[in-house]
Amino acid sequence: MSDTRLLAADGTPLKRKLAQSLFRTKLRTFGLVCPLLALIISAFVIPIVFMLSASVYDDRYASLMPKSTIAVSEWDGESPVTEDMAAAMVADLIIAKEQKTIGRVANRVNREFSGATSLFKSTARSAKKFEPPYLEALENKDKKWQNIEMWQAIKVASKTYTLGYVANALDMRVKATGGFEPQDELRQIHITLFMRTIEISFIVTVACLLLGYPVAYLMANLPLRTSNLLLILVLMPFWTSLLVRTTAWIAMLQGQGVMNDLFVVFGLATDDDRFSLIYNKTGTLIAMTHIMLPFMIMPLYSVMKTISPAYVRAAKSMGATNWTAFWRVYFPQSIPGIGAGSLLVFILAIGYYITPALVGGQDGQMISNIIDFHMRRSLNWNLAAALGLVLLVFVLFFFWIYDRVVGIDNMKLG
Amino acid sequence: MTMKKTLTMVSAAVLSIAVTSAASADSLTVVSWGGAYTKSQVEAYHKPWTAKTGANVVSEDYNGGIAEIKAQVEAGNVTWDVVDVELSDAIRACDEGLAEEIDSAMLPAAPDGTPATEDFIDGALTDCAVGSIVWSTIYAYDSSKMSNGPKTIADFFDTSGFPGKRGMRKSPKANLEMALAADGVAPGDIYDVLSTPEGVDRAFAKLDTIKDDVVWWEAGAQPPQLLADGEVSMTTAYNGRIFNAVASEDKPFEIVWDAQIYDLDLFIIPKGAKNKELAMDFIAFATDTKRLADQASWISYGPTRKSSSPLVGSFHNKPDLAMGPQMPTAPSNFKTAIQNDFEWWADNQDEMNERFNAWLAN
Repeated sequence: MSDTRLLAADGTPLKRKLAQSLFRTKLRTFGLVCPLLALIISAFVIPIVFMLSASVYDDRYASLMPKSTIAVSEWDGESPVTEDMAAAMVADLIIAKEQKTIGRVANRVNREFSGATSLFKSTARSAKKFEPPYLEALENKDKKWQNIEMWQAIKVASKTYTLGYVANALDMRVKATGGFEPQDELRQIHITLFMRTIEISFIVTVACLLLGYPVAYLMANLPLRTSNLLLILVLMPFWTSLLVRTTAWIAMLQGQGVMNDLFVVFGLATDDDRFSLIYNKTGTLIAMTHIMLPFMIMPLYSVMKTISPAYVRAAKSMGATNWTAFWRVYFPQSIPGIGAGSLLVFILAIGYYITPALVGGQDGQMISNIIDFHMRRSLNWNLAAALGLVLLVFVLFFFWIYDRVVGIDNMKLG
Repeated sequence: MTMKKTLTMVSAAVLSIAVTSAASADSLTVVSWGGAYTKSQVEAYHKPWTAKTGANVVSEDYNGGIAEIKAQVEAGNVTWDVVDVELSDAIRACDEGLAEEIDSAMLPAAPDGTPATEDFIDGALTDCAVGSIVWSTIYAYDSSKMSNGPKTIADFFDTSGFPGKRGMRKSPKANLEMALAADGVAPGDIYDVLSTPEGVDRAFAKLDTIKDDVVWWEAGAQPPQLLADGEVSMTTAYNGRIFNAVASEDKPFEIVWDAQIYDLDLFIIPKGAKNKELAMDFIAFATDTKRLADQASWISYGPTRKSSSPLVGSFHNKPDLAMGPQMPTAPSNFKTAIQNDFEWWADNQDEMNERFNAWLAN
């Protein structure tokens, strides 16, 4: 039987030749994306994974106070405090004082129980002089040691793998006896902020769409000269520094600002009763909508540019009104642009930080501002990581919804 | 390497990218709060020290807090040599192992021979920090817009008697104390009252009465600007910033000293600073008797050395503007002063911050 396989010019089977050439192409492609891949992994994926792991991992107490960690882990969290626990505590306090790690331990426990910082530091100063029974010695030193909540806080703080921070990010707290309970009502804040973040992002997305759609339509359909001018007008603010744009809004919207002065001139407001347009949610919404607008217009424009005018003309020639031609023929073709723009704006907005920080006042703050607070002010990086984790889950959830409703394949960035 | 260590190093490295700066061998990076305050330090400390040692000082600004120091120390890339921090942050940095220990024996004695440890006021020398100034949170108003101005802390909370917006720092610190003082608590009892849950409720209830009229500020340079723009009719502020707007820019601002909350600023050296020896020398030089007194001629923050007080003269370019009466510690200003209790704040800041943030957001 003769060989029926197709052969290339040099005699090798064509199939193998094709595979070889495909492999070379793949190799070259991989070589080209390699630097970017390395950058993304080292500067993006690894830090994010490590940062997120901080939301469930905290060995500060366990590594610095090993004996007491073991002692409280054997305790059920309810029965009276034992002498063993007290002895382990005193032994650890003496070492922590010598190694000057007591401040770190104290601040860790203070996250769970206010007042622990001074209690741990003052007790550690005199721990060396304590004599058995140690429980009595501790309680004589400071009556806070009699408080079982103090020991429960220690038990919670001593867990290396903990859901405490994630619970805190959801306005819950872990109990020493296991399980969760709602956070003290006066300290609940995160759920409110998550909801507000989603609300603001949603309003900004809708506002950008309503404002951006006509602009993109004009840009795509006007003669080149005019549309280029429009394009420049859209891009100019985009090239301007974010801070400059936000500060400009402050000058425009503040009590003694341009807008309010105009309102007074036209009699819409009186001089002593001006509108509060900034340092509140209104300010955040206005400034963010302005800043996000190019992210909506550009994908819309790039999609609209590809819609052939022939379709609308055809619709009209068959008797459709202007509105029907737009709504039934043009609009459906622009949906991929709407999807891309909306998703882009929404996801950028949900993590937005600088603008709400500058113009948000008290009710225009978003979840990212609280994350920043815990990164820079309270130094509670674990809680910041937990909040970031929850935010990430939110974004993925919305991404999933989007995929189900619009379909990710229907997205077009240009 | 443990997971924890890797974690902190990686996250710290990411954070520190934002704050890294070049530091060469013979230059010292001194970080402070910017504006008029940094200028006073440049004139009184940096320039004479450079003249004496030949080493250059690079001055950087920040907004307080020890997050940047933490990021640098944990990433092992410390670019700051000396940082000007508040007392509570100085204690915290020391606790967390983020600051070098400073032996107060190396500080120069007062001109009359009093050792430094006795010359500094209480609290100005800690294991890791050397105090430089006494500053104060006060409130101020624009006298050109209010002919019959406020006099007491209660007036600040009285929006019907004194209409207009109020500026306040976006932090529970100082605000809780002022609220209680306005509610009639004596200066000496403030922290006793705050130590009870009812006392905290009382402070927040008082803040509630003006919540809708408050414009919140974060950086020290903001309050004088808010006043000048007419955005607020009164604002809490750091006393030196208001003084500087009056002395250098002729703004018609008046300070109300009732229930001022005074605190210290101190120098620390981040752990692992590249120029540790040079930094020690700088701190010893900057906090000697003469230099502290010199600084007080640039801004109205009081020196932390007792021996500096008699040397405090007049404002640097206005010989008839005596600085003594402008200080938080001047007897006429000091009658109802409240000392910031850093220990209370160390214990309660986590809870108070959470509660304040929640109160603000709802």
